[in-house]
Amino acid sequence: MGMISRGFSGRRTPTDVKLPPGQYLTTDFPVLSAGPTPHVPLEKWEFVIDDGKNVLQRWDWKSFRNLRSETVTVDLHCVTRWSKLGTSWEGVPLDTLLADIKTDASYTLVRSYGDYTTNVPLKDLLNKQAWIAFRYDGQDLAPEHGGPARLLVPHLYLWKSAKWVRGMTLMHEDKPGFWEGLGYHIYGDPWREQRYSGDR
Amino acid sequence: MWRVGTVVALHDETATARTITLEVPDWPGHVAGQHVDVRLTAPDGYSAVRSYSLASAPNSERRVQITVERLLNGEVSPYLTQEVIVGDRLELRGPIGGWFVWRSQQTGPVQLVAGGSGIVPLMAMIRSRTSAGSTVPFRLLYSVREPGAVFYRDELRTLSAEHRSVVVTYAYTRTVPKDWPRPPGRIDAALITDTTWPADLGPACYICGPTPFVETVANLLTASGNERDKIRTERFGPTGERK
Repeated sequence: MGMISRGFSGRRTPTDVKLPPGQYLTTDFPVLSAGPTPHVPLEKWEFVIDDGKNVLQRWDWKSFRNLRSETVTVDLHCVTRWSKLGTSWEGVPLDTLLADIKTDASYTLVRSYGDYTTNVPLKDLLNKQAWIAFRYDGQDLAPEHGGPARLLVPHLYLWKSAKWVRGMTLMHEDKPGFWEGLGYHIYGDPWREQRYSGDR
Repeated sequence: MWRVGTVVALHDETATARTITLEVPDWPGHVAGQHVDVRLTAPDGYSAVRSYSLASAPNSERRVQITVERLLNGEVSPYLTQEVIVGDRLELRGPIGGWFVWRSQQTGPVQLVAGGSGIVPLMAMIRSRTSAGSTVPFRLLYSVREPGAVFYRDELRTLSAEHRSVVVTYAYTRTVPKDWPRPPGRIDAALITDTTWPADLGPACYICGPTPFVETVANLLTASGNERDKIRTERFGPTGERK
């Protein structure tokens, strides 16, 4: 427990809602990103999975959108401490995108338009845990929220759900992405409060 | 690791914003643009944490400043702007962040664009420039609701008068001072062209403010020829409280 702050009582989240440690509820959708929002025309969009040497799979927007998608309702937890519950998304599960790829890699580096990267263990992208999402709350995903398409991996802090995704590289060894190289946690589990490097 | 800072000074910047100076004996030093997490704890153990940009330049005195804008329905900002008195102790963690930073070794021209309380980390950069004796030319375009909402007004006036290489331009969105040449309004393409560095000088651009503001300014700067990788942004939503 922290040092008591004289005269502080706080405005609390209702106790029937369970949030990860150190988070508070919000109903709006704040945005955090490091640079200008890329605007990617759909006719130029592609999603490529490679192993660092060879392209293993490639989709353009049309072939991507022809994949079977699903609608999911998930909770979001941002490292800047807000949580938003019950958000609704439509996307293609990573299980589908990775289905035909044989690999013994354990890690991935997800890449975005605008040169953002983030690392996620491959097992965290499988078994209905992650999607490439293209709709939020029934609407096409706005550029500032990552449109045309973003990764959605809601069991990790939201910076792992890379906006403006363009592909991923399968890797045998873990390698920090953009924020992970700037002091944020390599894995980022909100329930274990893995915010910054050095957090267990 | 949580550090304990003692409040040694309080200064009201505006009717709703206050600068808090903390003495932190084990402060490891920081870089302009970084932020800290501040943790408040109630007697029953309940705690709330928010991030605040550092306003002070790196210094050797183990003192840091944050400037906090009071948010309607905020949880931490009302306490920091209204409850805290000199002598109180606050827990903080940091410094945090290695992207939205200006280091005094940087040599290229700098373009700062602030929206409202987004001025805070940019002020740390201006102060860092001065304290390091840097001669890098800075320009600041500061969008603010009305003259009374300007943070650090006197210091900015002095800096722009004495150090001509920090050029400050205000853009008032609702109310302008008497005889002000530009009617109230948001930053637009003409103002970007007239007051920011020409893109061919390749300025390092730092934009901080509310999300729609940052979005607009980043688009205007790229439209006027600035390279995307020269533009760094820090945004906060209504509940982000990262100021």
